Amino acid sequence: MNCEATKCQCGCDQETDQQKYEKIAEIIAKYKNQAGSLIQVLHAAQNIYGYLPLELQRFIAAGMDKPLAEVSGVITFYSFFSTQPKGKHTIRVCMGTACYVRGGKKLVDRLEDILKVQVGETTEDRKYTLDIARCIGACGLAPAMMIDDVVYKQVNPDKLETILAKY
Amino acid sequence: MINLTINNKSVCVPDSTTILEAAKQNNIDIPHLCYLEGVHKFGSCRLCVVEVEGVKNLQASCMAEVREGMVVHTNTEKVRKVRKNNYELLLSNHLQDCPSCETNKNCELQDMGVRLGVTEARFAGKTTVSKVDISPSITRDMNKCILCRRCVTVCNDIQNVGVLSAHNRGFSTVINTAMDLPLNTVDCTYCGQCTVVCPVGAIKETDEIHNVWQALSDKNKRVVVQLSSAVSVAIGEEFGYEPGTPLAGELVSCLREMGFDDIFNTNAAFDLTVVEQSTELLNRLKTTQAGNEAKLPLVTSCCSSFIKYVENKYPEELDYISTTKSPDLMLGALAKSHYTEKMNMNLSETYVVSVMPCTAKKFEITRPEMQNNGLPNVDAVLTTREVARMIKEAGIDLRNLSKNQFDQPFSLSSGAAELFGVTGGVMQATLSTVYEMVTGRELPFNKLQVTSIAGFDQTMDMELKIENPLEAYQYLDGVTIKVAVTSGFRGAEFLMNQIVKGESPYHFIEVMGCPGGCVNGGGQPRPLTLEILQKRLEALYGQSEGKATSKPNDNEVISALYKEYLQEPYSPRAQELLHTQHRKTV
Ligand code: SF4
Ligand code: SF4
Ligand code: SF4
Ligand code: FES
Ligand code: FES
Repeated sequence: MNCEATKCQCGCDQETDQQKYEKIAEIIAKYKNQAGSLIQVLHAAQNIYGYLPLELQRFIAAGMDKPLAEVSGVITFYSFFSTQPKGKHTIRVCMGTACYVRGGKKLVDRLEDILKVQVGETTEDRKYTLDIARCIGACGLAPAMMIDDVVYKQVNPDKLETILAKY
Repeated sequence: MINLTINNKSVCVPDSTTILEAAKQNNIDIPHLCYLEGVHKFGSCRLCVVEVEGVKNLQASCMAEVREGMVVHTNTEKVRKVRKNNYELLLSNHLQDCPSCETNKNCELQDMGVRLGVTEARFAGKTTVSKVDISPSITRDMNKCILCRRCVTVCNDIQNVGVLSAHNRGFSTVINTAMDLPLNTVDCTYCGQCTVVCPVGAIKETDEIHNVWQALSDKNKRVVVQLSSAVSVAIGEEFGYEPGTPLAGELVSCLREMGFDDIFNTNAAFDLTVVEQSTELLNRLKTTQAGNEAKLPLVTSCCSSFIKYVENKYPEELDYISTTKSPDLMLGALAKSHYTEKMNMNLSETYVVSVMPCTAKKFEITRPEMQNNGLPNVDAVLTTREVARMIKEAGIDLRNLSKNQFDQPFSLSSGAAELFGVTGGVMQATLSTVYEMVTGRELPFNKLQVTSIAGFDQTMDMELKIENPLEAYQYLDGVTIKVAVTSGFRGAEFLMNQIVKGESPYHFIEVMGCPGGCVNGGGQPRPLTLEILQKRLEALYGQSEGKATSKPNDNEVISALYKEYLQEPYSPRAQELLHTQHRKTV
């Protein structure tokens, strides 16, 4: 394949939606007649597109010859699928028992305030996605949270803005 | 065959029978809520649990199959306790507003509580809160859903539409449309089959009762009501009659007591529909025989959910559908034209109510295509279940009413019209009418009962060769007319795909959205079993045979109507009032 052709013409070095859909169509064609392959297709589609919005769900449902509601049902069943665009960074606040007891909820409230999003949503500038996590193994130093792969321990809500400023 | 012991009794049942079925075959009815015989088993309610000796955990008897030598106990102390517990858990996440719920006293969840001897709800529990989704036909209140998933099975596996599915998991599980979209924005056909199986009040018809009461109390309104036989042979089930008891006469008296001014028989308009549709078919045949283009096969338009289905999935093929309106809309159009003129009434004072076995009609009457003079042909549609609720509300004792006749002019109907609600009924009537128009002879069937195309099988076809036609129909001499009949959307998909590919061998196709036809419509009484359906059918066949006129074109009401007002089939006036152009709803 000609490498140039898959690049977006504006030079931003990203694939256009159309190119992403074409790739997804190829994957659908490959898996279409395999029983139980919907999850694989959704996985691949999310990797290509980043998330699974309604339009893409319709596209996959039509391609896989499955009812749209079934596709959407599978997506909501598994937590690794997302119907919202993901931000550049994912913030996951631990809401495991220890962290919950020691102020995890306060962190979430404050972050919702600062970022102006609800849990599960992405900021308008697509910079952050706010999520919650179950125990991330830092119970001794609760409350904890992660930004991408970095774990922050004993987080003070007042320090959140300083932490975010690093990104 | 497998030998096992149920409650100390040795029994013998076929292989791969479930414990629940095995018990039933031996006259033991194990309580069950999510399981629906012949339709759905999923094992979510766990009210059907039983003890199996040697197995530690209780087994869901609707899922577990029998094994050789199994020893089952269906009614031990432990079983009763666990069932009660499971029931209370179901109840704890169920919005308990029984007094104001439409399904109050017709609710499998309530009945189960009584049966299991539950006296109080012990778990207050956390309840998930969902918004209520109201479409023109169907209302979904997931706060009452007990997650039995019967609706999912019916919508996906039986109706093949697939707009409902389980979403999320664990405590957050909810039966939903894709991305929580409102029903009126997804491919729902409004067939209402989900409302028949829902054991609680979570999926139901969108209530019109209030509007109808209001119209009835408005002194300035003349309220016209119409109903068909599919309603009158089923409504008795709501009042403890033996299923299949025909109650048309009693219903007429009852509706009169409720204050309706004119009580008409939709079956009379069925005969009109058949005559118009037959003419349309002949017109299209004539055009193609002359080498010009016309949309063939002609596809029936009587079923509202089927039109919606085509609009959703085959919008390019809408022109194949007959322009003939369905009988209740025709009657409405005439009630708001000829009849108002005759009675010297003001158009805007006439309010037309259709009592139907159907939920899809509720949406259909809102279509702009179903209006004349800027007024809807029909103002409100009540399902069989709704009208039964109104009768109960009014406190009228159906059993002590004398029988009464439908009002003129829409009183009489043919025997063929009785079978309108049964799959194949429209086809039989249309075929025989066409044959008679074309040849001047009766179709040589034994009193219209073409058993080869009526009944319950999903999709059927048949051929009819035209020989020695009348002068005007010479173009059909030697032509073999091919027709197909189906009900439910699985067969519809097959037949529509043939049309899309240009491979349809047929001239005429009848489709009903509900499996078996309107007699099994989405607005009919529940719960439904195959036996009940069979009895409704027998009643319709019985009424059909008892009619003095068997054929639509012999109905004198209809001939009078053409003479007085419509001139002839497909006349300009008939086209204006009785036909429409199907369009995709925007
Ligand atoms: S009305 Fe028919 S198509 Fe719509 S959700 Fe119910 S079963 Fe499915
Ligand atoms: S809506 Fe009714 S039929 Fe569907 S899962 Fe809930 S309770 Fe069962
Ligand atoms: S088959 Fe009859 S009851 Fe069912 S949707 Fe069609 S018109 Fe309504
Ligand atoms: S509970 Fe938060 S890290 Fe374990
Ligand atoms: S009836 Fe068996 S689990 Fe519901």
